[in-house]
Amino acid sequence: MRAKGKVFKYGNNVDTDVIIPARYLNTSDPAELAKHCMEDIDSSFVEKVEPGDIIVAGKNFGCGSSREHAPIAIKAAGVSCVIATTFARIFYRNSINIGFPILECAEAVENIDAGDIVQVDFGTGTIYNETKGQKYQAQPFPDFMQEIMVADGLINYIKQKA
Amino acid sequence: MGMTMTQKILAAHAGLDKVEVGQLIQANLDLVLGNDITSPVAIKEFNKAGFTEVFDKSKVAIVPDHFTPNKDIKSAEQCRFIREFAYDKDIENYFEVGEMGIEHALIPEKGLVVPGDVVIGADSHTCTYGALGAFSTGIGSTDMAAGMATGQAWFRVPAAIKFVLTGKPSEWVSGKDIILHIIGLIGVDGALYKSMEFVGDGLQYLSMDDRFTMANMAIEAGAKNGIFLVDEKTLEYVKAHSTKEYVIYEPDEDAEYHQVIEIDLASIRPTVSFPHLPDNTRTIDEVGDIKIDQVVIGSCTNGRISDLRAAAEILKGRKVAKGVRTIIFPATQNIYLQALREGLIEIFIEAGAIVSTPTCGPCLGGHMGILAKGERAVATTNRNFVGRMGHEESEVYLASPAVAAASALTGKISNPEEVA
Ligand code: SF4
Repeated sequence: MRAKGKVFKYGNNVDTDVIIPARYLNTSDPAELAKHCMEDIDSSFVEKVEPGDIIVAGKNFGCGSSREHAPIAIKAAGVSCVIATTFARIFYRNSINIGFPILECAEAVENIDAGDIVQVDFGTGTIYNETKGQKYQAQPFPDFMQEIMVADGLINYIKQKA
Repeated sequence: MGMTMTQKILAAHAGLDKVEVGQLIQANLDLVLGNDITSPVAIKEFNKAGFTEVFDKSKVAIVPDHFTPNKDIKSAEQCRFIREFAYDKDIENYFEVGEMGIEHALIPEKGLVVPGDVVIGADSHTCTYGALGAFSTGIGSTDMAAGMATGQAWFRVPAAIKFVLTGKPSEWVSGKDIILHIIGLIGVDGALYKSMEFVGDGLQYLSMDDRFTMANMAIEAGAKNGIFLVDEKTLEYVKAHSTKEYVIYEPDEDAEYHQVIEIDLASIRPTVSFPHLPDNTRTIDEVGDIKIDQVVIGSCTNGRISDLRAAAEILKGRKVAKGVRTIIFPATQNIYLQALREGLIEIFIEAGAIVSTPTCGPCLGGHMGILAKGERAVATTNRNFVGRMGHEESEVYLASPAVAAASALTGKISNPEEVA
């Protein structure tokens, strides 16, 4: 699995209330949720994001609520992956469980700027910054999580194993 | 090397003698929980995968509490969707408006969690039940769907931080002040992926309500779970609420901890979290002059009977400051009724506060008390993120019920010691 796109960059502790505010959680329709993705932190995000784009952020990305609507909104907005220094744990497992790729890599976060074009190889955990000509190495996922991602989410994985 | 409390519970539920930090395990679940926001997504996944029955009708709980009583048509549709599922699958613990309450106050009250259990809930504050000596953690909707179908969930075994509580807290210092103090100390990612284990002599001074409040906010330090040693108070609570069998796990003497932090409860002051992160704490002596527009007392953090009693003690016979909207929401119907019988509701109404039916309402900026641009609230809730209670330029200050009630009287963030 690979991804390529331009980078939107944010700071530490991006929480689920700014990723998708609770006032929009009276629906679970991904397309509806995508319309309000990142609204309270970056009101122009939805207009500017293009399929394949990548979010890069600091520590504790996705902290707060357990709402799976957060990775769902990001995925439905067309984002291909999130790279952060660390992820809040529920966001981390929700992303894996819906088959949405995320990577932890402090070096990448330090060096990548907004607007850079970045390529990611999820199998190896390699991140290549085309704009700057730099390579960063993230930990690839343990096998168990790779299998969930390849199955496109936990539910499909369970079904295949049953 | 021995195991922590959490590790022991997880090992037992994975059928293993021993687990180690970082190990991926598959654990059997004693309860799977969801609410009106997270359950619709879980149910869709459950149906899509072709499952037709839940693993155990008595071990699934669904509580519509966030946008209920239905705030608008879309919420009503969501609630109908989960209600139909609950009836269709014969879910024993589905709680409709009238019997429901905020899930994390309701579930322990109904006796659905006992010491030694493993619980997952599609709500981040599921960590609340750690107060009972259970392993309990928030997960997302897909995990809920998988849990309802199989009765299992995957976990990575967490490392732990041990908090040794000593000393006796002073009069106006509650569980809320203690946990805000701890979050201020270690930061919003200070316990990321870890469990927070609370032990020590100081436990004897903490009521079950204090412990629920503290375990509730473990997530605000990034923790996977918060867990308290089981003592007489725990067992008294369990016996009063549940007939389920329980198992008491204690950490091994040689358990390995990532960190051990000693907290002298006697030194803690009433504490307030400033916008926009729970770790942005100041003691009441450092807050300065912060004028407020609204006070919210309630939520899964502080909507229990002792919280309402603390607020009533301060509001009794007085009036809230003009222009300060004071909203009090008991967390469950039982708590509401008890407050009514004790005369607390009358005290609140006479003071000029309103009392709401149990709902998450304003806590998540859902309904029943949304903030306009530039407005400030003191809330006994657990999150003060940007836009949490309304407009993205509104502000939420987190505090105990006593601080919130004192602030309602003066119209600015105030010290309960000075008004009581
Ligand atoms: S009261 Fe607030 S924090 Fe608690 S479950 Fe409801 S929305 Fe979540």
